[in-house]
Amino acid sequence: MADEVKLYGFRGSPYGCRVEIALNLKGIEYEFIQEDLSDKSADLIKYNPVHKKIPVLMHNGKPISESLVVVEYIDDVWKGVPILPRDAHEKARARFWAKFIDDKCIPAVFKALGSHGQEQAVAEAQEQLQFLENELKGNKFFGGDNINLVDISATYLAYWLGGAEEAIGIKVLTKDKFPKLTEWCENFVNCQTVKDTLIPREILVAFYKKRFGKA
Amino acid sequence: MSSIEQSEVVVLGWWPSMFYARVRIALAEKGINYEYVEEDLPDNKSPLLLKHNPIYKKVPVLIHKGKSICESKIIIQYIDETWKEGYPLLPSDPYLKSQAAFWADYIDKHIYKGANMVVNSKGEEMQKGVEEFLGYLKVLERELGEKPYFNGESFGFVDMALICYYSSFVASEIIGNFSIEKHCPKLAVWATQCLKRESVSKALADPKKVYDLLIAYRKKTGLEE
Repeated sequence: MADEVKLYGFRGSPYGCRVEIALNLKGIEYEFIQEDLSDKSADLIKYNPVHKKIPVLMHNGKPISESLVVVEYIDDVWKGVPILPRDAHEKARARFWAKFIDDKCIPAVFKALGSHGQEQAVAEAQEQLQFLENELKGNKFFGGDNINLVDISATYLAYWLGGAEEAIGIKVLTKDKFPKLTEWCENFVNCQTVKDTLIPREILVAFYKKRFGKA
Repeated sequence: MSSIEQSEVVVLGWWPSMFYARVRIALAEKGINYEYVEEDLPDNKSPLLLKHNPIYKKVPVLIHKGKSICESKIIIQYIDETWKEGYPLLPSDPYLKSQAAFWADYIDKHIYKGANMVVNSKGEEMQKGVEEFLGYLKVLERELGEKPYFNGESFGFVDMALICYYSSFVASEIIGNFSIEKHCPKLAVWATQCLKRESVSKALADPKKVYDLLIAYRKKTGLEE
């Protein structure tokens, strides 16, 4: 019996993107259902009653939500290209960094953007980004030669951050401070499995200009 | 070589930490022997802790054959994947596993925040904190439903994730002057069931000691006379 895979998402959401990248890596065919976030569908509320948020993956009628939970579920169910390392310790390390990105890095970056580049906020965001810069070591991706859970978790940093920086007119992820991360961003967005999920940059920048009151 | 360096499994913890309690429960369920290092927190972190958790500098840390694993939920998953025999900590079914991950995540995002809101405030702000905290607990009450455990018929990952907060809940109830049982009777029954497990009762910090610690903190920060 063929798998029925649906993704409730919003084009332009970095969290939805995480899931799409994972689906692409595994070569899974799915139906994308665009949600109107100002008028959420009855289905979305039914399938994610706790948070009422996208993305929600429906697999053969069963809903899974929270983007990193979904990505791990995808890796668990579908073999093929691995998203998590197989070694238990390496797997734990990947989970640690994915969680760090969500718990520490992205919130600090949001704060720096929200403050429109206030010095202290930018310094704190850069402190967190430095950990990622160091973690890349000599590798193309956090996963080594190929992208893994950590790279997928950092999707926002690879593309959305640049769009927001341009819209506001500030720079948090600077090339001089973060040469490896800067290169990683370029490499990551050029992966075929990632490229197909991204909305055009002009649309992203326009969205952020409106969001940050710069339009 | 010190005994720490010789031990295959070492845990860095701190007695009132609910996250450390969580790891203790997991190791006990699997019957794993380990060397325990009590950290002198919050102000006197050991070189071992700083070496093995340089990013967060927090407990718990599991050191297995010299390699460190940090973050309690990640540690439990590691324990389950490494020591495959013994009690299963997570479901093997991918869907059930994803649901367990979802709820453990919910607990750490909302329950932790909710309990903190009660303990770190006073007066009207505390009342709001209590209401918000109970709101989050009611979501869990609904999720538990009529099941004996969040995991179903047997104790599992989500149960471990929540029961480790027990001692701090008891302390919060006294500080905030409210009753969890009154609003979430099923959770109260569930907690009693969990406490019957030796792995749980031995892992949890004495609620009275946790209460004393929290009161001392509240007095120090001017939240309590």
